Amino acid sequence: MQRIGVFVCWCGTNIAATVDIDTVVEAMKYEPGVVHASDYQYMCSEAGQSKIKQAIKEHNLTGIVVCACSPRMHETTFRKAAKAAGLNQYMVEIANIREHCAWIHKDRKEATEKAVVLARTAVAKLNLNTPLTPGESSVVKRALVIGGGIAGIQSALDIAEAGYEVDIVEKQPTIGGKMAQLDKTFPTLDCAACILTPKMVDAASHENINLYTYSEVDSVGGFVGNFNVKIRKKARSVKADICSGCGICTEKCPSRKAENEFNLGLNKRGAIYIPFAQAIPNVPVIDRDQCIKFKTGKCGLCAKVCPADAIDFSQQDEIVEKQYGAVVLATGFNPIKLDNFDEFGYSQSKDVITSLELERIMNAAGPTGGKLLRPSDNGHPHTMVFVQCVGSRDTTGCGKTYCSKICCMYTAKHAMLIREKYPDVDVHVFYIDVRTPGKNFDEFYRRAAEDYGVNYIKGMVGKVAPTNGKLLVQGSDLIADRQLVIEADMVVLATAIEPDQTAKSLATMLTASIDTNNFFTEAHPKLRPVESPTAGVFLSGVCQGPKDIPETVAQASAAAVKVIGLLSKDKLMCNPCVANSNELLCNGCSNCQHVCPYGAIDYVEKEFRAGGKTSLRRVAQVNEAICQGCGACTVVCPSGAMDLKGFTNQQIMAEVDAICR
Amino acid sequence: MHQKTQLQAETIRLISGTNTRKCMKCGKCTASCPAFAEMDISPHKFVSMVEHGEIDKLMASKSIWKCMSCFACVERCPRGVEPASIIEAVRQTVIRKQNNNYLRPENIPELLDPKIPQQALVSAFRKYSK
Repeated sequence: MQRIGVFVCWCGTNIAATVDIDTVVEAMKYEPGVVHASDYQYMCSEAGQSKIKQAIKEHNLTGIVVCACSPRMHETTFRKAAKAAGLNQYMVEIANIREHCAWIHKDRKEATEKAVVLARTAVAKLNLNTPLTPGESSVVKRALVIGGGIAGIQSALDIAEAGYEVDIVEKQPTIGGKMAQLDKTFPTLDCAACILTPKMVDAASHENINLYTYSEVDSVGGFVGNFNVKIRKKARSVKADICSGCGICTEKCPSRKAENEFNLGLNKRGAIYIPFAQAIPNVPVIDRDQCIKFKTGKCGLCAKVCPADAIDFSQQDEIVEKQYGAVVLATGFNPIKLDNFDEFGYSQSKDVITSLELERIMNAAGPTGGKLLRPSDNGHPHTMVFVQCVGSRDTTGCGKTYCSKICCMYTAKHAMLIREKYPDVDVHVFYIDVRTPGKNFDEFYRRAAEDYGVNYIKGMVGKVAPTNGKLLVQGSDLIADRQLVIEADMVVLATAIEPDQTAKSLATMLTASIDTNNFFTEAHPKLRPVESPTAGVFLSGVCQGPKDIPETVAQASAAAVKVIGLLSKDKLMCNPCVANSNELLCNGCSNCQHVCPYGAIDYVEKEFRAGGKTSLRRVAQVNEAICQGCGACTVVCPSGAMDLKGFTNQQIMAEVDAICR
Repeated sequence: MHQKTQLQAETIRLISGTNTRKCMKCGKCTASCPAFAEMDISPHKFVSMVEHGEIDKLMASKSIWKCMSCFACVERCPRGVEPASIIEAVRQTVIRKQNNNYLRPENIPELLDPKIPQQALVSAFRKYSK
């Protein structure tokens, strides 16, 4: 028989205002197994904890129930307190009478009744608890960073600097990500390449960093400390180890039909190409869908001109299998497709462009050499209209419900740069709200309006009509309460951003959760913002939510710190609440193996002796190091052989009985 | 808000099936409206006027008759507010009062124009009279 102590927390008035504490304490005194019940204003405080410790010793308690806030908040606190007083820490149960009761009810009588039920449910479970001992697992001292943009590069550099090995997997032929495509960066207007490329070089030359470019993660197995990852190195058709990066092949390639992705299709590239001049690694790749040799078997000019003999048409994808202790997700973003926004004329006129396309046009290394030219006729524009919130803050399903966060600032930047370089160009910006929280951000936006004469119009564009070589922009000016028609030469759409599509498949591989917008979910939105709810998986950059470069870099370093903290441990404590199978009851059906999301269940042939006979049977075995204790196997087991330690079927039924009593 | 105006506003919301609180005041409705030049009250104001119970003012406005029900505002509103449905509801509220038809059969001869399809007249009747 257990000797249980129940401790009811007021949480100031958080609980006490809605739940009658005395009633709960009084009711608990008569529950089976309970030998002590008391209350305190703040159970989590030092004083509260010592009351618990004292009671454990005084009443010789074998287990405690704390009626307080969510176990996510203070379960660890109370487990530590119990452990300090000599109890096994798994002999602690939390009855959540705050989030699940006081906060969501108004009626004091009903809330009190519910608190009593929740408390006695915890007592009923605790009566069946047994002390558990957590096991240990090892930690592979190497991290995997998925995504080689500024987020991934920063995380990798910080982890590498701490002395751990890091691999970066990047699906593009070069690292650098979106930042490499940008022209200038707000609010200081330094050139993106000037501040990014040194970091790219640092990453490539760091002895602890290993780059897998033009590569993708094929599969992930294992668990925190021991992830087993298969990386697919896609065939580059160029031997990276002997290529000198001279670029002759890219110049001579006769195929010129492929859209240059780096310039967002604003110009063409060859079938063998290096995305941009400072690409790392500086090794070309053959786009096999465009290559004449791959399509017709004739050509092979690149191989003939290559002085290093590095072209290899027969190269195959290669699978590399490696172990990692931690994984950082830094998969980044893309602008959304504008198919649902015909009113802006993006598909009808070349002169309607996205903001990222404008970055390429403004960039000295871009398709126009940095000259602001109208895409349709390479003419000089005289009037430009910027439209904000294109596809952002849209609840109709056409766009994204969230604010993309970076558009207000980059639009101010674009407007300012254009007015600075070409004072003859009239710049109009249609905005719904200008959102510029951030250090020196609002000052930056006001500078665009006040010092550079950018015309900010509170309103939205309803329609862009390409007419006689011009763009008729019909919009509203809500301050003046009128409808405007502006004859523009170019229209720039501040297009919403969305997570890269690889996020979804990676989330499945890593059992990391994503939200309805496919952004990775953090373990706690405020207090654990760079950890995913899956142990050992960390988040860096826009894959977690829209953010600008300063924020991305800060988050990337924060994620790196978490990784370093993990890799610095020699052993990890395992959760002892894992599944175990009763081999005598197991009928070998494999249901549990099929539902296990972690691959923790194996089947073995075992000899059993019964009634003087020996028989060979297939039975389930759980790898406790891999099992995360989700309990899926216990639900599907038809013979009741599978059970979860700390949450046994018996304990769950006792809880249900206590609720229904 | 006065009880009467509150009731009026509620009725408009009920008839139109709109939630005026969803409006984020971007003005894309006014930006999209092809009949804007004819209107005395801009489309983006319809929503806030219902929100503030200014139904009498809306009922007396020219805008409700100038709205062509093209639904450009409905199509383009990023929040799904449907200003055109609000206007339709206000128009119906006016028409449903005794002798308040905006279009009467006796007006037809002077409106006849060979360029106007017959169907337009039929739909005008549906829209402008009880």
